[in-house]
Amino acid sequence: MRLNLEEFFKLLSKYEIEEIEGLKLEGDIEIEIEEGAAIDVINEINLAMQHLMKALSMLGAAPVTPSLPSAPVPHREFRLLEEKFEPLPVKYSGTIQEVQLGAKRSEGGSRGSVVKLGGERSLPFYLFDSPQPNLPAIAIDVFDRPIPLPKAVREHYSDVMENPGEWAKKAVKLGADVVTIHLVSTDPLIDDTPPGEAAKVVEEVLQAVKVPVIVGGSGNKEKDPVVLEKAAEVAEGERLLLASATLDMDWERIGNAAKNHGHVVLSWTQMDMNNQKTLNRYLLKRLELPRESLVMDPTTAALGYGLDYAYTNMERIRIAGLKGDEDLSFPISSGTTNAWGAREAWMKDSPIEGDTSWGPRELRGPLWEITTGLTLSLAGVDLFMMMHPAAVAVMKEFMATLGGRKDRIETEDWVGVEL
Amino acid sequence: MKVKSPLEIYRLLPKTNCKECGYDTCMSLAAHIIDRSAKPEDCKPLVEDAKHDDEARQNLEKLIELTSPEIDEVIVGKDLKIGGEEVLHRHELTFFNPTALFFDVWDTMDDKEIDRRCSKVVGYRKFYVGRFLTLDGIAVRCTSGNPERFAEVAKKVAGYGSPIVLVSLNASCMRAALEAVGEHNPLIYAATLENWEEFLKLALEFKTPVVVRSQDLDALKSLAATFRSSGVKVVLDPVTEPVGEGLRETFERVIQLRRTAILGGDKEIACPLIITPIAAWKAEGDAVSRAYWETVIASLFIIKYGDAMILHSLEPYTIMPLIMLRANIYTDPRTPVQVEAGLREINSPDPDSPVFITTNFALTYYTVESDLTSGKIKGWLLVLDTEGLGVEVSVAGGQFTAEKVKELIDKTGVAEKVNHSYLVIPGLAARLQGAIEDETGWRVLVGPTDSGRIKGWLEKNWPPK
Repeated sequence: MRLNLEEFFKLLSKYEIEEIEGLKLEGDIEIEIEEGAAIDVINEINLAMQHLMKALSMLGAAPVTPSLPSAPVPHREFRLLEEKFEPLPVKYSGTIQEVQLGAKRSEGGSRGSVVKLGGERSLPFYLFDSPQPNLPAIAIDVFDRPIPLPKAVREHYSDVMENPGEWAKKAVKLGADVVTIHLVSTDPLIDDTPPGEAAKVVEEVLQAVKVPVIVGGSGNKEKDPVVLEKAAEVAEGERLLLASATLDMDWERIGNAAKNHGHVVLSWTQMDMNNQKTLNRYLLKRLELPRESLVMDPTTAALGYGLDYAYTNMERIRIAGLKGDEDLSFPISSGTTNAWGAREAWMKDSPIEGDTSWGPRELRGPLWEITTGLTLSLAGVDLFMMMHPAAVAVMKEFMATLGGRKDRIETEDWVGVEL
Repeated sequence: MKVKSPLEIYRLLPKTNCKECGYDTCMSLAAHIIDRSAKPEDCKPLVEDAKHDDEARQNLEKLIELTSPEIDEVIVGKDLKIGGEEVLHRHELTFFNPTALFFDVWDTMDDKEIDRRCSKVVGYRKFYVGRFLTLDGIAVRCTSGNPERFAEVAKKVAGYGSPIVLVSLNASCMRAALEAVGEHNPLIYAATLENWEEFLKLALEFKTPVVVRSQDLDALKSLAATFRSSGVKVVLDPVTEPVGEGLRETFERVIQLRRTAILGGDKEIACPLIITPIAAWKAEGDAVSRAYWETVIASLFIIKYGDAMILHSLEPYTIMPLIMLRANIYTDPRTPVQVEAGLREINSPDPDSPVFITTNFALTYYTVESDLTSGKIKGWLLVLDTEGLGVEVSVAGGQFTAEKVKELIDKTGVAEKVNHSYLVIPGLAARLQGAIEDETGWRVLVGPTDSGRIKGWLEKNWPPK
């Protein structure tokens, strides 16, 4: 706290000390009172007086001790310290690679719309550091056969589950920027659908919708490369996203299929930044996959079931990319539908004694998907694979808001009103 | 914290290795001070010497100064800590004090409803990783404009024993409430450019921490500096605008404040931040939309630097994702979340009870253990060391193998405790069924994929035919 002399005398005059005998001052003198203490006025004046005496003796004036008031004081006056806030600017040297999914007729495909991922030069939604050219996109999952789904999700798709083309159309109607067709039936343990037949489903989906398409395998490490290769062939030039290449399968075959037929590869690792770097390097260096043909999936875990690992892994990958690590400066994809694996998303109520009731699952489930997605959007995810229509809608609204695509709407202050 | 090396701490300690602090050496204490698992005041001899010895006092003061957190730590109520953070990203160290969640009541609400809401706040429980997650406190809002009523409701709410935020911009209402509950160290909300002088006097008189509120960051910093220079503990409210461009600007203000405090070294605004997702209730929409949007705002700022929050929705479907998100974000990434491998006895099992197996990932283990306990299931639970990975990941990654299961069965001697040789494995480990049977000679039954369904599963499958 600082007092200048004028204020000091004002303070004294308040306590009827009209003048200090024998004292004559020249020049500017500032008196400093130590910060931080909530001392009472008497102490403050005593302290100020000490400082004044010290200042005066340095000026050569003879100090005279005035008599101080001893009665308790009625109140104290304060002054607002005028401060200026200077935000710290942060700039990164790297840029996240921009990757286009889907190709229009003029580009060798047949899509009516395309989606651009990446292009960031700052942390997500830090528009004050750098503009964000592309907002994250949302893909809705479609399967090539009916699969078990949580009730809250299933009820939105039960009428189209037998027909992937119709399912894809419905996904677009529900807000999908991209449609993912998962060829789960190709799994030798499910239907063992041959690659040629599976590729027909991909063609069917490409016919049904005009948005870009992601093609997923069944997760079978031997068969996926064959299935994805066949899909790549029949969709020549469409800039599909082939999901996925992993370290423990024939990533070379999937990478080459993308390179030779004009598609993009999803490089998928299990929550390990170093493995992600390794697989990306293999694809980029050994196969010479073009940089604009790579998206990463560092693995998504649900809220409550490892989301902290997924968040931190992705955040570290994104920061490394922005700081200039060219093996990691790629758009990130998240299998956000994984959120539905959490029992809190689908179970009727808690199986645990002592828990407060969990509330209606039809409201809880979508919020689980939203919270999982929202968290990862702040880590740097550019592409979300989701399922519940309400979750898709809320995520879009959230990202458009933080992405600066919304107008100002005035709202009343909540502080003094009933709700 | 200004220092990065334990040596800088060690230099200022007595270097006697007296062990009074509970650590073997002064160097060990220094290392714990660096990772914030110990404080300089834990050095009893130094604290004692500081009372009469100048050099010791200077060393202690220096230590406290060097090791104080980047963001000021503020106590609300008896011991609820908010702020005290060191880093912008959790992987750089960890986040320390979980976002404190306060839920509102207002003083024109009828008393029954106030009681109902307060009971919900203090009674809320969600089991997670071996403990129950709970809520932090209650925000009492003055909507009556009547000091006596506000004081009366504050008093009533204080009876629930939780930390309190008093919400009113009116100094006479605030004074009345402080006279009623000031002794409980409430957080007072809020000082603004209009009322700051009276609020500063209240804060000094009742010795409470204060929220300063302004969306103009120059004004916010001026208020913070003014209050702090008088020795008042400050929490910053850069004003939460709930929707549209206003919400984006709120995000910007929050990031800029925290980043400038930690990276830019601006001490005046190195204070905890309070966020008010409750503002969503003044936006358009039905109750569910607003509850959803409130949860969205709260999630955003649990991840990004909100140290305390005022919320409205007490619906379990909005609370549960928030407290689990908070638990996740504030989990210390430095400590592996594992439990000890071995054999656990659940509900005093007998030789006829089933034998289950799960992983040592804390989350998996506690889920299974509590499902068995709550379901009143007697059983033997084998806990396999999967290096802290869950079932699905460890089966795929080779940490959950038939060989390791055999080793565990042999080591624990579980075969001698039961008069059967049936092992129930998790549904997610189904593909290991054959391999485990071959390796161990036990009969393997594939259980459900979620342990919450073990009870129903046992009714059909146990005892095995």
